[in-house]
Amino acid sequence: MSTTAQANDAETRPGAGTEPGAVRAVADHVRGYWAEVRSGEVGALPAVAGIIALCVFFGISQPVFLSVGNLANLFGQGAAVACIAMGLVFVLVIGEIDLSAGFASGVCAAIMAVILTDWGMPWPLAIAAAIATGVVIGLLLGTLVVKLGIPSFVVTLAAFLAFQGIVLMILEEGSNITIHNETVKAVAGGNLERWQGWTLLVLTIAAYAALQLNRWRRRVARSLVHEPLAVVVARVASLGALLTATVFLLNLERSANPQIISLTGVPVVIVLLGVLFAVWTFVLHRTRFGRHLYAVGGNREAAVRAGVNVDRVRIAAFVICSGMAAIGGIVAASRAASVDPNTGGSNVLLLSVGAAVIGGASLFGGKGTVRAALLGGAVVAIINNGMGLMGLSAGVRFGVTGAVLLLAAGVDAMSRGRGKLFGRH
Amino acid sequence: MLLELTGLSKRFGPVEVLSDVDLAIDAGEVCALVGDNGAGKSTLVKCVAGIHGIDGGAITVDGEARHITGPRDAAALGIEVVYQDLALCDNLDVVENLFLGREKMRGMMLDDDAMEQLAAETLSSLAVRTIRNLRQPVASLSGGQRQTVAIAKAVLWNSRLVILDEPTAALGVAQTRQVLELIRRLADQGLAVLYISHNLNDVFAVADRIAALYLGRMAAVLDAADATQSQVVELITSGRSGTLGLGADTNGART
Ligand SMILES: Nc1ncnc2c1ncn2[C@@H]1O[C@H](COP(=O)(O)OP(=O)(O)OP(=O)(O)O)[C@@H](O)[C@H]1O
Ligand SMILES: [Mg+2]
Repeated sequence: MSTTAQANDAETRPGAGTEPGAVRAVADHVRGYWAEVRSGEVGALPAVAGIIALCVFFGISQPVFLSVGNLANLFGQGAAVACIAMGLVFVLVIGEIDLSAGFASGVCAAIMAVILTDWGMPWPLAIAAAIATGVVIGLLLGTLVVKLGIPSFVVTLAAFLAFQGIVLMILEEGSNITIHNETVKAVAGGNLERWQGWTLLVLTIAAYAALQLNRWRRRVARSLVHEPLAVVVARVASLGALLTATVFLLNLERSANPQIISLTGVPVVIVLLGVLFAVWTFVLHRTRFGRHLYAVGGNREAAVRAGVNVDRVRIAAFVICSGMAAIGGIVAASRAASVDPNTGGSNVLLLSVGAAVIGGASLFGGKGTVRAALLGGAVVAIINNGMGLMGLSAGVRFGVTGAVLLLAAGVDAMSRGRGKLFGRH
Repeated sequence: MLLELTGLSKRFGPVEVLSDVDLAIDAGEVCALVGDNGAGKSTLVKCVAGIHGIDGGAITVDGEARHITGPRDAAALGIEVVYQDLALCDNLDVVENLFLGREKMRGMMLDDDAMEQLAAETLSSLAVRTIRNLRQPVASLSGGQRQTVAIAKAVLWNSRLVILDEPTAALGVAQTRQVLELIRRLADQGLAVLYISHNLNDVFAVADRIAALYLGRMAAVLDAADATQSQVVELITSGRSGTLGLGADTNGART
């Protein structure tokens, strides 16, 4: 995100904004970004490139992939994994791992289903209970890792097995529980009205533009190094265009039989993902807690010496991870309209870890963003969706997803090495 | 006197690591602390920094006896320590490292711009020109630049005494000179500096006074201008040099 000193000069010089200065400032900015990429700060680049390449590939081989119906479908398919991946980012940032996040989501979903269907209680209570369960799970895992010093790999591997058993017990040996509640089903299955979609779009773009411009203005006022205004405007405009196109497409009729049932509007789950993304991005980058998460992941000893309450920060990361797993479980249950012993099981955990790592979170700690989880989640969802459309078997899909995860981890390890090699003196 | 240690003793179990150590440091001077491996230099620093409790003697700041029971106490008295290792987070940038643990806030949000501005001001007041991009991750800095950041981190807090435990041990010639110049500037700006080093050339280059520890005892405190390297070497290795140093009666009496 940094610009070069020259870019700053060009922008603050009196009379800047005349073309040559502005153009050079933008060019310098691009060069600065490229230099970062080459030094190993690849950030979101591989995930974005992957998404584009996959869309081109599947779009050509399976034209239905690019249909509006399938676009809406993708969000529903990927949402649960994306939620869990967003939570995993917090644990990955502090250099730990949570292998139990998948089945934790299953446990939370099962508890919600029991309260909702078996006990007939209202949905807010069921959802609150599910999230509270996630929080308690996180507290437990975090305390075991932090206070007893058991490696998170071991603690969460044990929890992985235990939670699988708990799901079976809650569901009484494998029966499944159907969810009838319309509100809960709408989480993953509902759509906004057309006007709601447009309103939300305008509000989102306005908020993003205001935040970006405000930040830019503050930095100019303090005469700190800042991006050229053109870059800020371009970023807002391109995000705005992308979102507008998405809302436009999703507001088209996508039902196979519009006469019988109409299907339009932005899926509710996109709003949910958007809100979670905004909240956790704020926490990670704008709060003291977020800063301390990175510090703990980067150098725990330095964080201790700087007076960071390292234990509390680490436990909180596990709590957020399991809490987000609970939300992922709710989404999964909502989408399937039922909970069974496989909810949160199978490949859910691996896809979630894969999503976070593909997006640029590091398994070595200290690095990762919520955006990474979403982008990586998109890659994973597209691969599964596209290969499903191609009629490939589950076996092939597992294999390919595994290969992509390995590739992402390889890029992670290499960019780390590259940063060391070229960055350090 | 800014800091005065009188009769300071520190035991780890039965082992007396520091015994009856006297040392005084005034504002505006660089006092070098030398001594062989295991002489007790780092232990002395940790006592002053509040990491170890003391078993005897007194720590006096501004003429007032103080109980320093933790790093926070030391920081509140304006005492900051720069450790040679493990002081920075590689994944955070320069500004984030400088303010780690003491972030400036605007409401519940980090005030990154204010921190960046303050960081820039601090670095320029220290005449640091080697770090141009404050938003660069510390991992990409050279050893000397990293040490500069660590030192700047210590002086950012209106600190009055900066303690540096072997800050140049891992640095090359040019980078060592940068750091030494920075240390000199700190003193010239009125801070007290306690500088620990094994390299006597570096010590003579910056120190106003030289304190030599020998097996946990203060062998002698000399004015750098009057001392010679060979004198200091003798004090380090045998605790005495001519008429200076520990008397024959106490020398070697330690078990
Ligand atoms: N926490 C501790 N527990 C027990 N003994 C310790 C502890 N810390 C230091 N010591 C002992 O105290 C003595 C002085 O150690 P100290 O680290 O202060 O030496 P130093 O002068 O800094 O040496 P160096 O030049 O090698 O850094 C050593 O004999 C060491 O073994
Ligand atoms: Mg030492």
